[in-house]
Amino acid sequence: MILTIFLTFAKIGLFTFGGGYAMISIIENICVEQKKWISHDEMMNVTVIAESTPGPIAINCATFVGYKQKGIGGAIAATLGVVLPSFIIIYLISVFWDNFLEIAWVANAFKGIRIAVGILILDAGIKMFLKMEKKALQCFILGCSFTAMLLISFFAWNFSSIFLMLIAAGVSLFTFLIRGESSQKGGEEP
Amino acid sequence: MIYLELFTGFLTVGLFSFGGAYGAIPLIRDVVLSYGWLGEEALTDMIAISESTPGPIMVNLATYVGSSKAGIPGGIIATLAVILPAFFIILLIMVLLKKALGNKYVRAILDGLKPCIIGIIAAMGCYMILKNAIPPLMYETPDIWPVIITAILALIYFGTRGIWKKKMSPIMLIVVSAFLGIIIYN
Repeated sequence: MILTIFLTFAKIGLFTFGGGYAMISIIENICVEQKKWISHDEMMNVTVIAESTPGPIAINCATFVGYKQKGIGGAIAATLGVVLPSFIIIYLISVFWDNFLEIAWVANAFKGIRIAVGILILDAGIKMFLKMEKKALQCFILGCSFTAMLLISFFAWNFSSIFLMLIAAGVSLFTFLIRGESSQKGGEEP
Repeated sequence: MIYLELFTGFLTVGLFSFGGAYGAIPLIRDVVLSYGWLGEEALTDMIAISESTPGPIMVNLATYVGSSKAGIPGGIIATLAVILPAFFIILLIMVLLKKALGNKYVRAILDGLKPCIIGIIAAMGCYMILKNAIPPLMYETPDIWPVIITAILALIYFGTRGIWKKKMSPIMLIVVSAFLGIIIYN
């Protein structure tokens, strides 16, 4: 089992281009849909946790799924698995190729891969949106953060997405507190 | 002592980089330039390579800087340093998670975080698709291939769901996209 976890995450590590956001699609496909190691809700929770804690998103996800499956051993296997392929590849590149990205066929392959990465990231977003509870406040936050992030990216503003998340968490908590108090006044406890 | 420097430098990166590698790049810049491990230009090249090779971008950068400064041991030390904080923080959270999820304030915060993160991810996806497709159209001799590749990939990736009820795997999409890039641009 530990070996399966290690190999599965090595495969995920090997095919994840473009960082953690694209990895969410691949982990969802393999760990939720194929292997059924975690549920979709858990995947959503990992994504939220991974985004709100420091460190590479891929490492956060791997540690979570590995631990869930097989405790500390599983967490270590998954984390090392996800790191190993890129470690070997980067090491070889750093030793052998100074101009790796200038090799014609490599550069051409990346022109295609970059486009696929965008599609995978958008797919991860769409999938999570379809399964989200669509209450008014949630939809409002989603719309705002989507628009804000697009503007930030296009104009290359120096505004970390962590601030968007802090604002969203604050708004949601604030709304909850107000509603909570008003429902207590009305004497209705769910 | 280069090993110790690599370890503390990348531990700092791993500990303070919220929201994934794109948010962490300014921090990585700071650390790498302040230790004088690389010059500005070499760092830019390395970021490009880390973004294009498989695996987490931050881990790739750590491996690259570590191994080019101090061989395999340097690479291993830098890589471990950048992943250790994330690893332990997640373990800690998992131990506390069950309890925390029962707390109504934690749930209220998560209720706000989830849609925000979905919005951020969807926006990143849209941005990356547009960024790859639109600028080549503005070239002196416009390159419409990126738009065509985007259409083909989107069609086979989303389209196959409707036809075979079984969708194409993300890994397969990466492989197909690499082939399309090589075939079209060679």
